[in-house]
Amino acid sequence: MIEVKSLVKNFGPKRAVDGVSFAVRRGDILGFLGPNGAGKSTTMKMITGFLRPDAGTATVDGIDVTADPVAVKRKLGYLPESAPAYGEMTVGEFLGFIAEVRGFRAKDAKRAQVERALALTHLAPVRGQTIETLSKGFKQRVGLAQALLHDPPALILDEPTDGLDPNQKNEVRSLIKTMAAEKAVILSTHILEEVEAICTRVIIITQGKVVVDETPERFRLRQPGARLDEIFRTLTQGDI
Amino acid sequence: MNQVCPIFRREFLGYFRAPVAYVFLIVFLVASVFLTFFVSKFYENNAATLMGYFNWQPWLFLFLIPAAGMRLWAEEKRAGTVELLFTLPITTLEAVLGKFLAAWAFLSLAVLMSFPLALTLGYLGNPDWGAVFTGYVGSILMAGAYLGVCSLTSALTKNQVISFVVSLLACLVLVFLGWNLFSDFTTAYLPAGLVELVANFGFKTHFDPFLKGVIELKDVAYFLSLTGFTLFLNVLALER
Repeated sequence: MIEVKSLVKNFGPKRAVDGVSFAVRRGDILGFLGPNGAGKSTTMKMITGFLRPDAGTATVDGIDVTADPVAVKRKLGYLPESAPAYGEMTVGEFLGFIAEVRGFRAKDAKRAQVERALALTHLAPVRGQTIETLSKGFKQRVGLAQALLHDPPALILDEPTDGLDPNQKNEVRSLIKTMAAEKAVILSTHILEEVEAICTRVIIITQGKVVVDETPERFRLRQPGARLDEIFRTLTQGDI
Repeated sequence: MNQVCPIFRREFLGYFRAPVAYVFLIVFLVASVFLTFFVSKFYENNAATLMGYFNWQPWLFLFLIPAAGMRLWAEEKRAGTVELLFTLPITTLEAVLGKFLAAWAFLSLAVLMSFPLALTLGYLGNPDWGAVFTGYVGSILMAGAYLGVCSLTSALTKNQVISFVVSLLACLVLVFLGWNLFSDFTTAYLPAGLVELVANFGFKTHFDPFLKGVIELKDVAYFLSLTGFTLFLNVLALER
């Protein structure tokens, strides 16, 4: 579903992403791990067409993102880091806007999509509240609702559980898990337990390069008995 | 192109979701009415024209349109919503047009809300309605050109203050080029042909004929091409 081949991105003299390749099929939940500044978000931004890669390709459902960015954006649901949204709008207005841009123009279709997204993310009680007055957890859920609204075949979530309390984290994880059966999901996270809890594959990138691409079980076997964050630390030491 | 519509609606209604719209409309109307009545001496002139109102327009726009336009892109960049916007299935051109048209419609509303002035004129005297009409047309066209410049500068920075100052300076140059006091000054130093050529790039050169009730193709073309050109640069600036 999502295929990334030797993506490269430079920011001035710094090479942020250095030849990253991987593929995600439907049903996969890919956990994207790495220290801050390793190139996780940059890679995601290139897949979504927000940043143009300096080299390499990213395709979604066979469509190259540099060749037809709009077609790729139609197939993707994307939650950017820290879930930006138009703060002066209410949750309902904001999701209505997203629905319109996503092509649900008829009143009934628009309402149906918005209701579905509100229900999935438990946002119905705050639908009339302006987004800037919401707590961080609710804002994060608005971002998630926006990404899920058009039921996309591929989801890219940049730190989806950031800022949520433990209960909400669990809820979002089970939501992602239930949806993942027919979707390709990439999520980035700092929480290693999250990878164990829901991901079917783990990729670790450090200094712009992929250093691990395997199942969580195999990842654990690298150092039997060690805690996940210890393995992580050994692998990414060069970055500190 | 049908994606322009939801962007336009969100932007236009967005003005009224925040106090910005009301503050802007009130300041604009109070300032223009004050200048018309107390500086241009609407009553004492004893002439049934809106010249006293429209003559101030280039100077009033100089401050108020950069104030309205500075947030167009700078705010999206600061809040991070630009990432959300450009990962929705829309092209850069559609986003630029949607935002520009919404802001233009808002400014047109501000200009047209001076209509009681025209009604007063009709009650007191026997104005040339043609000239009133062309005055409004010219004013709205000129507002579009100012806004094009402001939208461009806003796309170049995420700092609204920088956007405001740069667009004010750019518009100031465009006003000065067509100001007769400025050309009177330059004729002493430059050949007449050059002075005329330079004046042709000025706002006032092309705005004044509208006030006399004349709509000339070259004046309409000037404002529309300046608008089009700045919007074209705007798209380039965002796709960098």
